[in-house]
Amino acid sequence: MGLDFTVVPGFMDIILLGALWTVAITVASAVLSFFGGIFFAVIALYTHWTVRLPFKAFEWLFMGTPLLLQLFLIYFGLVQIGIDLPAFVAGVVGLGLHFAVYNSELIQTAIIAVDKGQMEAARTLGLSRGEALRKVVIPQAVRDVIPPIGNNMIALLKDSALVSVIGVSELTLSAQRVIGKTYRPFEFYLVAAAVYYVINLCMEWVQRRIERRIALSR
Amino acid sequence: MTEEKHFVEIRHAKKSFGTLEVLKDINLTVERGQIVGIIGSSGSGKSTLLRAINDLDPLSGGEVWLDGVQVNKSLPHRQYEKHINAMRQQVGMVFQHFNLFPHLTVRDNVTMAPKLLKGISNDEAETLAREQLEHVGMLEKIDAFPSQLSGGQKQRVAIARALAMKPKLMLFDEATSALDPELVEEVNQVMKKLAEEHMTMIIVTHEMDFAASVCDRVLFMEKGVVVEEGPPEVIFKNPEKQRTREFLRKHIEGAA
Amino acid sequence: MDVDLMMRVYPFFLKAAWVTIQLSILTTILGLACGALGAAARLSRFAFLRFLGAAYVSVIRGTPALIQLFILYFGGPQIGIQLDAFEAGVIGLGVNIGAYMTETIRGSIIAIDKGQREAARTLGLSKVQAFRKVTLPQAFRLMIRPLGVNINALIKGTALVAAISVVELTYTAQRYIGSTYKPFEMFLLSGVLYMIIIYGTGRVITWLDRKARIV
Repeated sequence: MGLDFTVVPGFMDIILLGALWTVAITVASAVLSFFGGIFFAVIALYTHWTVRLPFKAFEWLFMGTPLLLQLFLIYFGLVQIGIDLPAFVAGVVGLGLHFAVYNSELIQTAIIAVDKGQMEAARTLGLSRGEALRKVVIPQAVRDVIPPIGNNMIALLKDSALVSVIGVSELTLSAQRVIGKTYRPFEFYLVAAAVYYVINLCMEWVQRRIERRIALSR
Repeated sequence: MTEEKHFVEIRHAKKSFGTLEVLKDINLTVERGQIVGIIGSSGSGKSTLLRAINDLDPLSGGEVWLDGVQVNKSLPHRQYEKHINAMRQQVGMVFQHFNLFPHLTVRDNVTMAPKLLKGISNDEAETLAREQLEHVGMLEKIDAFPSQLSGGQKQRVAIARALAMKPKLMLFDEATSALDPELVEEVNQVMKKLAEEHMTMIIVTHEMDFAASVCDRVLFMEKGVVVEEGPPEVIFKNPEKQRTREFLRKHIEGAA
Repeated sequence: MDVDLMMRVYPFFLKAAWVTIQLSILTTILGLACGALGAAARLSRFAFLRFLGAAYVSVIRGTPALIQLFILYFGGPQIGIQLDAFEAGVIGLGVNIGAYMTETIRGSIIAIDKGQREAARTLGLSKVQAFRKVTLPQAFRLMIRPLGVNINALIKGTALVAAISVVELTYTAQRYIGSTYKPFEMFLLSGVLYMIIIYGTGRVITWLDRKARIV
């Protein structure tokens, strides 16, 4: 059977609703991964080894296994121990944690770079270690890592397609549902790809603007 | 081609980057065995002129002739590539930043081009490498990589690499500018040796003493024009032009 | 933790890990080929090829690999492309990672100092000779590490073919989670195997990188 795009407009509402969910899950996971990344970075750098080592093991596990496998673990694992999360929440937690680990790597490097000198300077002013971290070191480190974190967030958009396999009705799963009715996989996956591409371009545009702002503020 | 008696001849060389004119109608002739120095402040166009001789920075107008053949003649792309590669084999060039190939040993830096372009055998290449490295006093480093050498040693190898192609003409683009002061002399010694062997050389330099001691003729360039040219005794001791005097005064004060 | 169960099912995971390894190797080969072609196109002197290369990179990197896989596997038959799931997996993932490798390879080539090319050209080498003898060997050394990052991502990316039912590690884990209701044990089994593959490959890359270092 050939291609027939005339069926597409009739289902665009479902596709676009899915796209809205994709944006929502991307934004929610991005926020979680950003603050999670800072939190993880502080744990990795500034806590007692009894906290740090288990955390390192967790980080190692997350960086050495596929996101899809992690999503299965979170979704089915939590059910197992009696926590029945809605698929959307499980998806956000999975994506958010996964990318928090990657962001944490970036933030750690940046903190180490800033810490030299800045921490000392802040401490000589009488700030406590925690205050110096919160007010001086972390804000600067975060500014330094915004461009690479931006890349991670754009990667997150595309990886958000994976939560379709645990039943989150985002763009990919919406396309699948429409295909279930129309038997037109090529057309609708292509449409979904186009929508992802447009969102991706928007994110890249925003990223470039933010980078320019940061470049100016230096 | 009526009167190609000069060995190197540059006629009405012009070059501009956008609206900026870097070379404004330059004429220069060099005879076989002559050593010509080009001095001038940065931005005077002296390096651009040198790099135009082997067409590394093509001129916007004018002609460059070497030994009776026009270097920058207009040919279709493919033919021009062939022509310019053949011309460049006859012109050695030494750069400020050496540009040795870091992935090759000293030996392979010297022999890569002769092997590739002249098809010499491995034995011939080995002899050639030893001969050229001996010449610049770097034979004991034949198996080293460039990263293991000092700046002066790198530049000596770069000279050996250029000489291995048996060029008719050598171009030196601020060969000692990037070197620590104590390493300058070893490179100057090698260049002096070449001068004694009557190699034709064009030397862009900011070292007035060196230019005075080896060059047969010195050009002073400023803002894309040759302000004054003549034997070093005249240029350095008794220049005609006010601008030359100012440049030399500044330069000598600056150096002191 | 149900160790008995793990002992019973681990041979199936080993078999699945072998499929993951095969997928990874074939995808790497195809990805490198696509990356080399893509980089050549992006650095070409023909504007049309440069455009094609840039479009390949932008579209592939701008859309989810999962969707690309679905278009190829489920949509392919509509335009006359019949592939089994494994073939679709290799081709889909290879073309996908090829776009990332294009940028890695191109970046390594343009990172080589222009003085290197100039030095080669002044010796009389042609453009092609200068590229082959001077630029490329140096770029190779530079690209090992970032290509390693691409390969690391690619190995984890092979999990996607679970969604088109290739019986590799993630698919196997999912199946056994469904039938045993032991998600942690199954995760652990497959996770350890993934980590052996991923960190093992990482060691090989580090070793290669060190060997290629210039003294």
